[in-house]
Amino acid sequence: MSTDPNSFNHSTTSDHATLADKFNLDEPRVDWHDKTLWFIRNKRDKAAWQLPEWEQLRESASQIKNNVLSNLHSYLLQFEKNAQQNGITVHWAATAEEHNKIVHSIIQKTGISQVVKSKSMLTEECHLNEYLLTRGIEVIDTDLGERIVQLAGEPPSHIVLPCIHWKKEEIGELFSKHLGTPEGISDPQFLTAAARIHLRQRFMSSRLAITGVNFAVAETGEIVVCTNEGNADLGVQLADVHIACMGIEKIIPQRKHLAIFLRLLARSATGQPITTYSSHFQRPRKGQEMHIVLVDNGRSERLGSNDFRNALKCIRCGACMNTCPVYRRSGGHSYHYAIAGPIGAILAPGLDMKKHADLPFASTLCGSCSHVCPVKIDIHDQLYKWRQVLAKNNYIGRTKKAGIKGMAFILSHPKLYTLAGAGARWLMKHIPFVVNNKLNPWYKQREMPDVPQQSFNGWYQQNRKSK
Amino acid sequence: MKDFEIMKVAIFIPCYIDQFYPQVAIATLELLEKLGVTVSYPEKQTCCGQPMANAGFEHLTESGNTLFIENFSGYDYIVSPSGSCVLHIKDHLHSSVKEQEAISIRAKVYELTEFLTDVLQVRNITSKFYHKVGLHQSCHGQRGLKLSQMSELVAPGFSKPESLLRMVEGLELIALDRKDECCGFGGTFCVGEEAVSVKMGKDRVADHLHYGAEFITANDMSCLMHLEGILKRQKSPTKVIHIAEILNAGL
Repeated sequence: MSTDPNSFNHSTTSDHATLADKFNLDEPRVDWHDKTLWFIRNKRDKAAWQLPEWEQLRESASQIKNNVLSNLHSYLLQFEKNAQQNGITVHWAATAEEHNKIVHSIIQKTGISQVVKSKSMLTEECHLNEYLLTRGIEVIDTDLGERIVQLAGEPPSHIVLPCIHWKKEEIGELFSKHLGTPEGISDPQFLTAAARIHLRQRFMSSRLAITGVNFAVAETGEIVVCTNEGNADLGVQLADVHIACMGIEKIIPQRKHLAIFLRLLARSATGQPITTYSSHFQRPRKGQEMHIVLVDNGRSERLGSNDFRNALKCIRCGACMNTCPVYRRSGGHSYHYAIAGPIGAILAPGLDMKKHADLPFASTLCGSCSHVCPVKIDIHDQLYKWRQVLAKNNYIGRTKKAGIKGMAFILSHPKLYTLAGAGARWLMKHIPFVVNNKLNPWYKQREMPDVPQQSFNGWYQQNRKSK
Repeated sequence: MKDFEIMKVAIFIPCYIDQFYPQVAIATLELLEKLGVTVSYPEKQTCCGQPMANAGFEHLTESGNTLFIENFSGYDYIVSPSGSCVLHIKDHLHSSVKEQEAISIRAKVYELTEFLTDVLQVRNITSKFYHKVGLHQSCHGQRGLKLSQMSELVAPGFSKPESLLRMVEGLELIALDRKDECCGFGGTFCVGEEAVSVKMGKDRVADHLHYGAEFITANDMSCLMHLEGILKRQKSPTKVIHIAEILNAGL
């Protein structure tokens, strides 16, 4: 492996607006990115419309998740007990750091130095790859999209479609550099075949597999992993040790609830009726070791917050990203967090308010995310509420705060408001340069509105009061 | 029509319409009057408080809320040519001293087109507007006030503003590729996230222009102000017009 995944700096300091500004320097690329994701949103619509009971499914899923969140403690203990009875070793991690340590210690005991990993947003959240790499363990991401961004030394830009920001020609170049494919090839079938050969070697030589978890069934102690490439199965079936990493919110009470979630997940994510593989892992094979790491990392704290708890209902389908007009035109990396888009923007500030104070503002509050969400998370309302929390905790710049204070003062004094309005209109009319200059972000690519002679209030005084 | 005359109706004119688009307020007032409504205009009104609240400073809107309550208490209906400002009042008008009045106002505030279709129950109107028009579904009116069905839901379609536009003589409503995508205005978003805001606006404008819109209309002048800024920069002959102005035309 020639590219160091550490080369992408996760603690990048630029805010969303700055990164989005850069993304927008290449407008045709923005158009391409937007259209690609909109196409997936459309596929989702078609798939959803094929089920007349779609809205009932969403409501059921939402209620099941509400039940899970209200009884998480009992479900987790039930899950642990059943998993242990199945022969699985269960670990509890309070933080990302603890999670990484646990995974590392399991790997260390085996003496293995190369592991395969199928897609897991939790391990992205915990930066597991970097942690293991600095301790001499190489992690091969086996999801094709994830492998592509890994070779490029980038984090995923989307939770379901990790390399959606890459064009096939660019992937051809990347493969030519890293996998030795001939130059100038952009045929997806050829490139996929090359990746398959490359990944097969890794699968065959790795004795330890890490997977994520889509659903953990309390009733049976089993986990379910959904993939389209079968890479989780291949990894686990060939490995002596399987480590599954999951956030504690991934619990569902009973196996029958999968009938709801599996129908919603793939349709919401990509418009497929179901993922190609929905793999159930209930117990280790004979001679195999199986571990499950249950991770909190801020989730309990989130659970205690009325305003923000239901973000924990998320099943990581990515529909809110595909529908988000801002995400489509700013790209996943502009969110500088493992989970991008609207859902990332309400999860990230819960982990580090200061670092992610910009994200709740990367939205017009259009509300599309909340209504596309298969588990009915009130995403746009939470974005609004995060803004209030950020302002109260002084995470909003002083200039903006002063401006808002001044505006609030003027707008609560009618006479002052009338004067200020007249003043502003006079200035714009007679000295347009005060607003038509490059310091005004509105004017950079938009004209200011024409200035009328008088306000409506003025017109009303003149035309209606006398009558 | 008689019943309408005894209703106590006040119009709420959002601050930026008052200052920059008085013609929209005049059209709203005239339209309601032509439909037989006696309309009051509380003169000390200013703003709904949304600019502060959406920036994270809802806690600074208390005195503005008090002013709003003083201006609009005692009316049967409060009507406004803005889905966004109406939604803000409905969701966020509170008062530590006059909460009962605030609750009452929250239930009585209507966006103009829903007032026409649901309260006045307008089923035909003699407005005339001989142009090709694109309807921009402003998000807060659409998804917040449910003025139109949203494309995310698997549910029967409807649109209150569209149903009114379809009654207008000569008006040709164009189809769009993306019938309910946000324009990118978003309050402080339009300057805080200038690049994305403008790109969203340009894409909306392109969809309307592609289908030959002579006018782009909406329930919210804020979206239209943003789209107008882009159209003018592009030196496009296509204009923006508030739905109140269309409905008031030729009446």
